[in-house]
Amino acid sequence: MPYQLLSKIATSDRHGENSPYFDGWKAYDKNPFHPTLNPDGVIQMGLAENQLCFDLVEEWVRKNPEASICTSDGVPKFKDVAIFQDYHGLPEFRQAVAKLMERARGGKVKYDPDRVVMSGGATGANETIMFCLADPGDAFLVPSPYYPAFARDLRWRTGVEMIPVHCKSSNNFQITIEAMEAAYEKAQQGPNPSNIKGLIITNPSNPLGTTLDRETLKGLVRFVCEKNIHLVCDEIYSATVFKPPHLVSVSEVMEEVGGCNRDLIHVVYSLSKDMGLPGLRVGIIYSYNDAVVSCARKMSSFGLVSSQTQHLLASMLSDEEFIGQFIRESSKRLAKRHTLFTKGLAQMGISCLDSNAGLFFWMDLRPLLKEQTFEAEMQLWRVIINDVKLNVSPGSSFCCTEPGFFRVCFADMDDHTVEVALNRIRAFVLREEQCVHNKNQAGTTLKKRRNWQNNVNLRLSFSSRGYDESIQSPHKMSPHSPIPQSPLVQAKT
Amino acid sequence: MANVNMSSGRKALLSKLATNDGHAENSPYFDGWKAYERNPFDASRNPDGVIQMGLAENQLCFDLIQEWLINNPQASICTAEGVDMFKDTAIFQDYHGLPEFRNAVAKFMGQVRRGVGKFNPDRIVMSGGATGAHELISFCLADRGDAILVPTPYYPGFDRDLCWRTGAQLLPVVCDSSNGFKVTREALEAAYIEAKEANIRVRALLITNPSNPLGTVLDRKTLRDIVSFINEKNIHLICDEIYSATVFGSQPSFISISEIIEEDQEICNHDLIHIIYSLSKDLGFPGFRVGIVYSYNDKVVECARKMSSFGLVSSQTQHLISSLLSDDEFVEKFLSESAKRLENRHQTFTDGLAQVGIRCLQSNAGLFVWMDLSHLLREKSFLAETDLWRIIINEVKLNVSPGSSFHCSEPGWFRVCIANMDEPTVEIALKRIRAFVVKGENAVVAPAKKKQCWQSQNTKLRLSFSFRKMDDLMMMSPHSPIPQSPLVQART
Repeated sequence: MPYQLLSKIATSDRHGENSPYFDGWKAYDKNPFHPTLNPDGVIQMGLAENQLCFDLVEEWVRKNPEASICTSDGVPKFKDVAIFQDYHGLPEFRQAVAKLMERARGGKVKYDPDRVVMSGGATGANETIMFCLADPGDAFLVPSPYYPAFARDLRWRTGVEMIPVHCKSSNNFQITIEAMEAAYEKAQQGPNPSNIKGLIITNPSNPLGTTLDRETLKGLVRFVCEKNIHLVCDEIYSATVFKPPHLVSVSEVMEEVGGCNRDLIHVVYSLSKDMGLPGLRVGIIYSYNDAVVSCARKMSSFGLVSSQTQHLLASMLSDEEFIGQFIRESSKRLAKRHTLFTKGLAQMGISCLDSNAGLFFWMDLRPLLKEQTFEAEMQLWRVIINDVKLNVSPGSSFCCTEPGFFRVCFADMDDHTVEVALNRIRAFVLREEQCVHNKNQAGTTLKKRRNWQNNVNLRLSFSSRGYDESIQSPHKMSPHSPIPQSPLVQAKT
Repeated sequence: MANVNMSSGRKALLSKLATNDGHAENSPYFDGWKAYERNPFDASRNPDGVIQMGLAENQLCFDLIQEWLINNPQASICTAEGVDMFKDTAIFQDYHGLPEFRNAVAKFMGQVRRGVGKFNPDRIVMSGGATGAHELISFCLADRGDAILVPTPYYPGFDRDLCWRTGAQLLPVVCDSSNGFKVTREALEAAYIEAKEANIRVRALLITNPSNPLGTVLDRKTLRDIVSFINEKNIHLICDEIYSATVFGSQPSFISISEIIEEDQEICNHDLIHIIYSLSKDLGFPGFRVGIVYSYNDKVVECARKMSSFGLVSSQTQHLISSLLSDDEFVEKFLSESAKRLENRHQTFTDGLAQVGIRCLQSNAGLFVWMDLSHLLREKSFLAETDLWRIIINEVKLNVSPGSSFHCSEPGWFRVCIANMDEPTVEIALKRIRAFVVKGENAVVAPAKKKQCWQSQNTKLRLSFSFRKMDDLMMMSPHSPIPQSPLVQART
C-alpha cells in the first residue's frame, strides 16, 4: 500500500481545475486570435477583465511620478515602503480604498478606513472570510448561477460546504426570499442537516451582470438577521454599473432595516474588475463585525498587498478628480460596448438578459440547442469554440440549472476585435438559418441534424450530473493560467 | 466578546479559528512591548527612548538599491521608460508568475549558493511572503492533527504560519547549548518516537538554515544526518532558507539542502525535499511580500501553484524584482557588499558585548546575535528570564527578544537584532549595555546572598502566564504596529 505523501487537501479535486471542458479550452490556447498575426484565431470572450480605461490610468501614472517608489521623485521613499510590513496596511492606502468604495456607491455610504483589511485579491478575501466565519463542515448558501471559482475559494482549504440556491429564468434569475427560505429549510432536514453559517451574494452579479433591487436586498438582510447567519456581499463589480438602476449596496440598506445586527454583515472588494488591475492582487475585506476585522487582519499576513502597490494605489485612488473621471468614463465605455453587443445580437434574434453592470452579458442560446440538455449545451459550446471561434463560457460551468445560457465577456478586447466577433456570430446565425431554410425547401419531414452538429468531433464520455465543481474552466477562475496571448508569457518562455 | 457564543442551543457566530489563540498574538509580553511603543528611540527627537532590537530586518544596503533604481527606470511600470508595460503587467494574473520573474529568482538563488546547484524556474511557486509559503507547504503536506517536527529554538511565527488555519501541530526537537544548539540525530529520533507513542502522525521536519534565532549555518554532516533521518522515516523536509544571503565571512559557508541532494543523488527521495524562500531578509524587502515555495516534488509544485492564487506576488513587484535580480553584475556586487556590512556590524556588536563579559553563540549569518545572559539570571528559570527581560526593556531601554519566546529549552538567552539600525544607534545600544553590566557588578557588595541591584527594583510582575506560549507579536512578521515608522506616525 503506497504511503500517502501529500495531504488530503493536496490530493482532492476541490481546487476545481479538473474539467471536461479542457478540450474546448485547448482550441483557444492553441489558436488565440490576434488582429494581424492570427486573424482567424479564437477570440477570448471568457475573461472577465476590464481593459477599456488603461489610457486614463497610464496618463495618470505619467503625470504622477511620486506615486512610484522607483522614479526619481519617489525613490527617497523606497526604503520606508520596502520595509513596511504592518498588516494594518499603509494608512493612506486604507483611506484611499475607503474613499473609492464610497465613490462607487455614489457617495451614499461612508466607509471607515479602520475596517479595511487586505487580502490576496478577492480570491484571498473570499477564502479568508470563510475561515473567519465557518468551521470545516459548515455551509454557506450561494445563489446560482455563480462564479465557478467560489468552489475553490470558499471550500478547498476551508472545508466549508456550498449549498446552491438555484435561480430560474422564469423570473430572470432573480434571487427571491422564498427560494432562500426554502433552501435554508431543506438544508436543515434529512439525516445529515447542514450547519448553515451564512449566505454569500455577488452584487453586481457574475455571471448575470444584474444588480439586486433594494427590496430584495433588504429582504436578504432581514433573512440573515432572523436566522442569525452571516451575509457576505461580494461587491467587486460595484463600479462597473453602466446604466440605471444604480447599485444599492448592502451598506446602504443596512441602515434601513430595523434591528439589523451589523455583526452579520461583511463586504468583499477588489480592484481587479472596477479598476482593471487583477495583477496587482488587491483584495479587501470590509466587515462591520469588530472580531472579524481583527481576525481577518491577522489572517491577512498570508496575503498582504505589496507595499509598493499600496503606495501606488494610495496615491491614485486618493486623487478624487481622477477617480471621478475614471468611474464616469469607465461606465460610459462599458455602456457603449454592452449596447453594441446586445443590440447587435438582438438583430440576429439572440436575446440577452437585461443587465446594467459587469464586464459580460448573459446570452440566451436556448433556441439553438438541439434539445434542452446540458449535453446539447456542451455540443453547442464546442461548435462556438471550433467553428465560430469565440471562447465564451457555458452556463453549466456557473452551475446554472437550465441549459442554453452563455456568459460573454466584452471588456477585454479592443473595438476592432468586437467587430470581428459580431461578424462571426452574424455569419454563424445566418448559416444556421440558411440550413433550416434549405431543409424546409427540400420539403423533407425527416428530422435533419442541424448543420453545425455534423462538424463536431464530440467526446461525450462525461457524466452530466456529476460535474458540479468540476466544470471549472481555468480561465473563468481568477487567477488563472495560462494566458498565451499575453506578450509577457509568449515573448519570454 | 459578545459575538463568540450565543445563548445555549444556538450556534457560535464565528469560526473556531476566529476565536482561538492560534494566531499566537496574545502574549504576556505585552507589558514589555508597551514600554517600547510608548517610548521609541529617535536619535534627535527621543534619544532616551527604547531602541528596537527585536526586528529581524536588513536595512544595511538600501543605498545600493536606490542607486540601482535611479539607473534602471525601466524596472518600474510607472516611470516614463516603463509605463508602456503598465497595462500588460497590471492585467497579468497568471499564477505561474511572470517567466522573467521566475527566471530571475531561480538565478538569484543559484548565485546566493555560489553557483552550487541550479534552480529550475518551473519549480518556483509564489506565495504571500515566507508567512504564506509556510502555511501553503503545510496545507500541501499535512492533514489536520498531523505534526511537523521543528528544532528549538525556532521563529515564533511558525506556530501561526504552519498550524493556525491548517490544523497541523508543531512538535519540538529539543536542542541545547551543550553542543551549540546543534540538531542531533538522537534529538530527532526522540521527538519522532514521542510523537509515535502519543499516536500523532509526523508528516515533516522543518529546519531553518541559516537559523533564526541562532544565526548559525548547518554543517554538512548535520544536514546529511537530517536527510537520512527523513528519508528513513519517509517524512518531508521543509528547509526555510530565507537567510541564505545573510551569511558572511568565509567559514563556515552556507550549504543549502539543494547542494546536499545534488552532490549525492541517492541520499534520499527527492519528492520529500522542499525549500521556503523570500526576499524579506536577504534583500530587505519585507513589504513586497515575495515568498517562494521551491519543491522537488512535482505534485507539490502543482498543488502549491494552485494554492498560490490566495497570495500571489503583485505583478508590479514581480516586474521590479525580475529586473533587479537579472542584473548579474548588480547582484554580485550587492551580495558581496551586504555580507561585508553584516560582518562588520556583527563584529562591532559582538566585540562590544565581549568587552563587558557577554558572550554570544558563535555565528556567521542572520540579522541578529544569540546572546547568553544566563550568568545574569538570579536563578536558572524562565521566570527569572522574564524578570531580566523587563529590566532590559524598562531600564536598559533595549527591546530584545527573550529565548523563551523562541521555545528555547534553557533560560537566559536573548536574540538581539543588529541590522535594522544605523551605526550611531549601535554605539548607543552598546553603551547602554556596558553601563547596565557595570552597574550590576557594582551593586553586588555584601557577602550575604543579596539580590542584584536591579532585581530589587523590578516592577510588579504578572506571573500568571504559561511560558510555553510566549510568541511575541513583534517577532513575528508581518507584525503590527510599527509606531516608529514615519509612514504610520505621519498619517494616523
